[in-house]
Amino acid sequence: MSQQDFTPDEMMTIAASRALKNDDVCFVGIGAPSAACNVARLTHAPDITLIYESGTIGTAPDVLPLSIGDGELCDTAVTTVSVPEMFRYWLQGGRVTIGFLGAAQLDRFGNINTTVIGEYDSPKTRLPGGGGAPEIASLSGEIYITMKQSLRGMVDKIDFFTSFGHGEGGDHRQRLGMTTRGPTMLITDLAIWRPDSETKSFQVVSLHPGVTREAVQATCGWQVEFADRVDETPAPSELELDTLRALKARTKAAHERTENKGEAA
Amino acid sequence: MAKFQTLQQAVADNLKDGDSVAFEGFTHLIPHAAAHEVIRQGRKDLTLIRMTPDVVYDQIIGMGLAKKLIFSYAGNPGVGLLRRVRDAVENQWPQPLELEEHSHAAMANAYEAGAAGLPCAIFRGYLGAELARVNPRIKTIECPFTGETLAAVPALRPDVTFIHAQKADRKGNVLIEGILGVQKEAVLAAHRSVITFEELVDDLDSHPNACILPHWTMSALCQVPGGAHPSYASGYYTRDNSNYLAWDRVAADRATFLAWMKDNVLEASPDDFASRVSALRTAA
Repeated sequence: MSQQDFTPDEMMTIAASRALKNDDVCFVGIGAPSAACNVARLTHAPDITLIYESGTIGTAPDVLPLSIGDGELCDTAVTTVSVPEMFRYWLQGGRVTIGFLGAAQLDRFGNINTTVIGEYDSPKTRLPGGGGAPEIASLSGEIYITMKQSLRGMVDKIDFFTSFGHGEGGDHRQRLGMTTRGPTMLITDLAIWRPDSETKSFQVVSLHPGVTREAVQATCGWQVEFADRVDETPAPSELELDTLRALKARTKAAHERTENKGEAA
Repeated sequence: MAKFQTLQQAVADNLKDGDSVAFEGFTHLIPHAAAHEVIRQGRKDLTLIRMTPDVVYDQIIGMGLAKKLIFSYAGNPGVGLLRRVRDAVENQWPQPLELEEHSHAAMANAYEAGAAGLPCAIFRGYLGAELARVNPRIKTIECPFTGETLAAVPALRPDVTFIHAQKADRKGNVLIEGILGVQKEAVLAAHRSVITFEELVDDLDSHPNACILPHWTMSALCQVPGGAHPSYASGYYTRDNSNYLAWDRVAADRATFLAWMKDNVLEASPDDFASRVSALRTAA
């Protein structure tokens, strides 16, 4: 096979960006989701509304923020509201169509752990915690998840249910009183996954160019299911790649510009 | 009625050992100078409240001033984990730290309930979330009209709230612009509050719906230019992202951390903040 001119990370970001539509209202998690959402905005979805939990609504940053509250997000937003208003009126009020999340630990039902590795009371590793994710996961119209595959990240059983996906699968969400759809797509560096309509367990529906089924299983801690029909994800277009790379280059330059002589924090 | 004071005096007058204290600012306008003054004065047994206990709480907790943390996201935004908080939780160094952990929605609602004088906040939250199992202060309540099960958490009423703002006028009215976070709610929920600010002006020059805290809602006002560094003050200076990245190395090791705190906090003063933002200034 010929050498590909894009990396698995780039394929992941671009595949994730394609999932977003021009009329979506997307609550953006920091990191990989943020890059994907902004590539969507800069390519096929120029009017997408991006919301960050710092209260910025309809933001259009020229560079990717390091944090969810960088000044760039506010400066380019349609409006910026307080954090209580963000969570009450806009998320709880049902205005968000897509919640786009990353995950430290994920299971096959789209349940996410970002709280602890090990026991909660005596953790092996204390992770940052849920932040906005528990309510983003239950109150957004549907959830997209993006993460790099690894045996540590994609596990048979997560250590802590920070954000509820499909729980034990099936109609578990409805049984808890949730009316939103939950995780409907998982985009990794190797594949696109969607939940089975009955069991709600993720199945591979598309393999990225050059990726084998064995490679997907080798970096996933649960027994991977493949859909009856598995497509090949279209390779990134020139426009998509150029847009992503330019965005990353602008971001790197901007973050280096803030290099400060002072020593103190 | 607010008093204009030095930060040293305002901290001494308002924060006591054992108090519950919020330092708020959602990435923007984080009151670093105030936190450093608290560290210098060595307040003990604090219950720290903050939605996003980032670098500023890594420092307070690493210096052994806190017995409890009420929070919803303990990370260094965009960088990674908080190594001093981890050391306290995982290894009880320099002392054990009790955690009361929530989601952002819960904390934001709880501050709002505190500001509104309510005993608790009610919201649609924690559905399927395991925090409700490990935090006994997360409860549910049935809506008396629809029967829907909703989450309830106690209102946040800090003994003291510290925030940083852009401007104060000579009467002590304070203007906050840009990412507003939960600062207004945190001040109105608190029994006492101390506000540091960038610039003293004759006229706040704001629009009719601006986020303004009237002077009679706070205890003390202290002008500390640069007082949010390495966080930022929109209109004054940008976020020192490289400093947040560097913190990951400083906090990785106990000795490096303590040496850094001695040089940059214990042997420094509020006046040092202005020079730390000189290369980051955006306004003329």
